[in-house]
Amino acid sequence: MSILEIAGLTASYGVSQALFSVDLTVNEGEVVALMGRNGMGKTTTVKAICRMIASAGGLRFAGQDLHRLSSDRAARLGIGLVPEGRRCFRDLSVRENLIVAARPGPWDMGRVAGLFPRLGERRGQNAASLSGGEQQMLAIGRALMTNPRLLILDEATEGLAPIIRQEIWTAIARLKAESGMAILLIDKSLKELSGISDRAVVLQRGTTVWAGPMADLTPDISERLIGV
Amino acid sequence: MIRERYLNLGVLALLLALALLARLADQSFTITVLTKVVILALAAAGLNIALGLGGLVSLGHAVFFGLGGYAMGILAFHAQNFAPLELGPLTIAGSKSMPVIWLTAIAVSALAALVIGLLSLRTSGVYFIMITLAFGQMFYYFSISWAAYGGEDGLSIYIRNGFPGLNMLDPIQFFGICFAVLCLVLLFSDRLARSPFGLALNAARQVPVRVETVGLSPMRLKLLAFVISGAITGLAGALYADLNRFVSPTMFSWQLSGELMVLVILGGVGRLIGPVVGAAIFVALEQLLGGLTAFWQIWLGVILLLIVLFARGGVVGLIAPKGVGHD
Repeated sequence: MSILEIAGLTASYGVSQALFSVDLTVNEGEVVALMGRNGMGKTTTVKAICRMIASAGGLRFAGQDLHRLSSDRAARLGIGLVPEGRRCFRDLSVRENLIVAARPGPWDMGRVAGLFPRLGERRGQNAASLSGGEQQMLAIGRALMTNPRLLILDEATEGLAPIIRQEIWTAIARLKAESGMAILLIDKSLKELSGISDRAVVLQRGTTVWAGPMADLTPDISERLIGV
Repeated sequence: MIRERYLNLGVLALLLALALLARLADQSFTITVLTKVVILALAAAGLNIALGLGGLVSLGHAVFFGLGGYAMGILAFHAQNFAPLELGPLTIAGSKSMPVIWLTAIAVSALAALVIGLLSLRTSGVYFIMITLAFGQMFYYFSISWAAYGGEDGLSIYIRNGFPGLNMLDPIQFFGICFAVLCLVLLFSDRLARSPFGLALNAARQVPVRVETVGLSPMRLKLLAFVISGAITGLAGALYADLNRFVSPTMFSWQLSGELMVLVILGGVGRLIGPVVGAAIFVALEQLLGGLTAFWQIWLGVILLLIVLFARGGVVGLIAPKGVGHD
């Protein structure tokens, strides 16, 4: 059963159109990779899903038309976002960052600390003083504290050391295996995405040009459409 | 550097000790001056919730201070004249009871803050400042033309209002009740800042868009903070009017809004004891330099300039910087 349904989605930044026709479906418990070269509309699609920019076309989450909802109401409906660039609340401690986002559900502070033990160890530390990797873990933990039905990770491993990237990927794999929540992933690492995603959707110039099971994304297709 | 908690307790203890010493020395005037410090600190503590926690630069907080003052003035005026207040079909008896006046001041100020907040929080930055300033001016000019309650001349109340079991005409007892209210409000502010609401408000001040993505509405958070802030400043206005036994349109003036902001900035924006330290410095300068020159506020300006340039955390930030021994 699909939880997110996007059909013919369009969006613009002022007079500059960024999305022309995005089609994307995410089913319950499924991990979908949203792929494409830089500037093809991946982050804009995420912003449209999270109601951070105006858009038109089909955009439904859990049966509701997202166009009718504000950004905070979309989040309350069950869309958890780990934004590009982390963006933690720098003046707040790790614990406080998590408290701000907390909503009722299976994910609480203890479970987040179980997924990322570093966060448990640094719960009293200011977010601004964390390393980039720890801030990324905090951004994921904060999104999980909202107890989302769909978790969106936008470039969650970008700019991190290989060892930290591996830690993040391991955590995402655990999320897939243990939580059963739907996940929409955006990342540049085809190898990691291939290992974890059930399906892939490829964007070119704001348009969906390929969608299918991850196993069907052959090197030939990925080379042609994504450049890797 | 000292821990902020000790500084907070130390400042409050010093204030109380000075009042008790003044009582022993039979210095009623000093107690009255200290009461003014406490009440202005209370008003600034209200503003500090909006400004320090919510990042709302309101240049219209005198509206709430004035509404609190006029709530006291009008209720007491009708009580001393034995004439009920008639509001269309509603007939309300006047009151000389402080708890009744405080509750009225809080309710009226909170309601005004709700309406002003709903309209002004749709904007931000300089537009927010201008809208709050405009509301302040609206209330100021309305009070000037409100002849029924003294208009430009204001309204005198002959006897201080009463509090059950206490003699409010005794300066130290009135100081005590104001000091207790200030301590309660500071305790409330401290709890509020650490509560999920306070943390979310702090987050909304830092990155509003991110707060939305975790399912919170920055507008609602800021509106609630503005209402709480206005209610506290309104309560301070009622006490200030009681201290002077006089209310006038000056309580609505934009200069007063500016002074409240100066108190918060002097002490330290967002610091719990900042408004108390700011109010103490302000009143001390007024008392010490005011006798020497009519232009004492020039020196206040110099101090404010130095604080803004070299001590962004205010005087409290200088003594107990955040991150160094900060609780």
